[in-house]
Amino acid sequence: MMTNKTISFSLIGALAATMMYSAAYADKSNDTLNIAVDRELESIDNYYNTAREGIVISRMIWDGLLYRDPATNEYIPNLATSYKWVDSKTLQFDLRSDVSFHNGEKFDADDVVFTMNYLADPANGAKPARNVNWWTNAEKLGDYKVQLNLKTEFPAALEFLSGPVVMYPNEYYGKVGPEGMALNPVGTGPYMVTSVEPGKRYRFTKYDGYHSSSPKGRASIGKIVIRTIAESNTQLAELFSGGIDWIWKVKPDQAQRIQEQGNFTVKNSSTMRIGYLNFDASGRYGENPMNDVRVRKAIAHSINRDGIVQALVKGESIVVNSLCFPSQFGCTQDVPTYDYNPEKAKELLRDAGYPDGFEIPFLAYRNRDYAEAMISNLNAIGITTKFTYLKYAAFRDKVQDGDSPFNFGTWGSYSINDVSAITSHFQKGGKDDYSRDAEVMKNLNIGDTSVDLDVRKDAYKKALSRIADQVFMFPLWSYNTNYAFTKDLDFDPTPDEIPRFFTATWK
Amino acid sequence: MFFYAFKRSLLAILVALTVSMISFSLLYISSDPAIAMAGETASDADIEAIRELYGFDRSIVVQYLDWLKKAASGDLGKSYYFRTDVSHLIAERLPTTMTLGLCAIIFAIGLAVPLGVAAAIRPNSIIDRVALFLSVMGQALPSFWFALILIVLFSVNLRWLPVSGSDTWLHFVMPTIVLGYYAAPAIMRLTRTGMLEVLSTDYIRTARAKGLRPPVVLFKHALRNAIIPVVSLAAVQFGFMLGGSIVVETIFALHGAGFLAWESITRNDLPTVQGLILAFSLFYIILTLIADLINAWLDPRIRIS
Repeated sequence: MMTNKTISFSLIGALAATMMYSAAYADKSNDTLNIAVDRELESIDNYYNTAREGIVISRMIWDGLLYRDPATNEYIPNLATSYKWVDSKTLQFDLRSDVSFHNGEKFDADDVVFTMNYLADPANGAKPARNVNWWTNAEKLGDYKVQLNLKTEFPAALEFLSGPVVMYPNEYYGKVGPEGMALNPVGTGPYMVTSVEPGKRYRFTKYDGYHSSSPKGRASIGKIVIRTIAESNTQLAELFSGGIDWIWKVKPDQAQRIQEQGNFTVKNSSTMRIGYLNFDASGRYGENPMNDVRVRKAIAHSINRDGIVQALVKGESIVVNSLCFPSQFGCTQDVPTYDYNPEKAKELLRDAGYPDGFEIPFLAYRNRDYAEAMISNLNAIGITTKFTYLKYAAFRDKVQDGDSPFNFGTWGSYSINDVSAITSHFQKGGKDDYSRDAEVMKNLNIGDTSVDLDVRKDAYKKALSRIADQVFMFPLWSYNTNYAFTKDLDFDPTPDEIPRFFTATWK
Repeated sequence: MFFYAFKRSLLAILVALTVSMISFSLLYISSDPAIAMAGETASDADIEAIRELYGFDRSIVVQYLDWLKKAASGDLGKSYYFRTDVSHLIAERLPTTMTLGLCAIIFAIGLAVPLGVAAAIRPNSIIDRVALFLSVMGQALPSFWFALILIVLFSVNLRWLPVSGSDTWLHFVMPTIVLGYYAAPAIMRLTRTGMLEVLSTDYIRTARAKGLRPPVVLFKHALRNAIIPVVSLAAVQFGFMLGGSIVVETIFALHGAGFLAWESITRNDLPTVQGLILAFSLFYIILTLIADLINAWLDPRIRIS
């Protein structure tokens, strides 16, 4: 709520001064890691919660059939021992026989079949829908063997099965349902929940019975407490007073000052979220300058992405040239690029018949300072904007109704490490697609439905190259997150923005 | 007296209804509630599912009347966000807010009334100046800034008090001071003005001439009359503390009803917002009624009229 920089500076200054004679009280001695998050979770049940904090907690409590190694992005069996594509719409899994849920219930094929069929039923309202709406059903082939029947070819299945789709205990969940699971969650994951105060505090303890063969590895830290503290200054005060050991989403100016005073570790990591400019290339808004590719190219040359990253976005953020995050499957950076060149931009505008520029409505919903920096770049080549800054819901309404010829948005891909989670969302004819280009759509369709990795890569490259060449959308930069934590903790962030506390250790 | 209380209650209920109607409309006008609820990461399918599930495709009038009908029978509906009964949610959060509000109003009265009386007994003295200074500071200090300064001093530096949370009474010390101090100046100034006015009246001069001891004159005769407007003001301030402690609850991570109201508005959680507005309105009605009854008890003229 209180975002006033002056206040933050004063507080950080005062806090830093007090640190000179007050040592940090990390809870290493109690083997308890205290964590603060800034929003109340609607539910701790993995399938009735869309917040990122919920995803983080989900990885602690539950396991999926597979696991994506965040370092190599390789899909490794977790609750499964192996998997194979029977055909392009059928996956078979052999399951581990040595896994038990936190309540002692044995894990077997019945749990997988129950979970997958429960989620596939729209009446149960599991969300987000995209995570659970791509298969028809699951069949039991043996006590430890299951088959998943897909609705259509869906090569990103492995990505979903290695992250958001986790396995529930059939007997327990059948008895208690979502409400019971929200209050007393039970999974197979490295941490078990010991208490839930909805929206307020969650306590976890290391699961000693965690299967040793898990690629996640056994947890090292004994206990974890996650508290909701909405105000960032309070989070900082808790960190400095030793009440909290780990915080994230620290603002760049605050991170810099915490780092400078030297008592905490500050790490920065690029995330999968990227910023973009979206243009009305196909005329959904009506006739406007953005229909002309020369204007779009002029704008691409006018934006000083490097300068904005260095001055405002900061951290590990990088300029991206392709409409995706580099680590995502199929995300080639080998596409036409546009350097910062205002003179060339003016020339392109002249060629397009706008020697004196023009005025255009421009929408944004976050990072007003970044938007204003870009507006300044545009002004330099003669383009003036009618800038409107909206809440996300209103922004989305306007954009999807075709009421925005030019806007600045961001997309996090739901931490799905696959191009289909971003490029296909924006460029395959959906409500956010302002280019509706047949060639792009054809190639994205091929990429989204083939299980042949080379075919996918080739199709996505064609689509991404065409998008870049025609500047249907202009990718800007990746985002980043600052993490601040006690020096006693060894913690490594990952680009998917899902902190894995089960890999953290005390020094 | 009974007819007067009945009339006041009826008026307050009408006000509460109007407020709920306006807030219901405003939440719809600000943005599509389905999109706001689904959040930034939601797909079209999620948004459509929410729209269908909660009946957002119906007209706003139909939705409001539907809510009103259920509320009249005691059913405040289910929170769209937490998927639990709104009444349960409010009941769960209210004790924190009530505790904070009660402590804060006691602190405010405890600080303001003695200072107001002292300032009135010795007008333009050093006590009066100190009272004035404290009063101006209380009005001028933004509560979030004051809260952060207290945190830096007592939690980070001295480590006497916990920064945030609501587990023990120690957690309520700083929030009480911040919330109470903000309410104190108005009570203090009103007490001072009332006392000054009463102390210059003929019956106080008579009481003194009769040889009554100064404390008796002061507390039995003067304060009892001067305090009447303060009671009404304190009731209003207490109502404000219950519904308007959003900033304090947010900074100290208290998870009370004020914080819930703020979060529910940002999440477009309509049943929770409506339920809270109803609850806060009822507080005001009850508090105003109690203030009227206390005033009638303090001043027989009100009872007679």
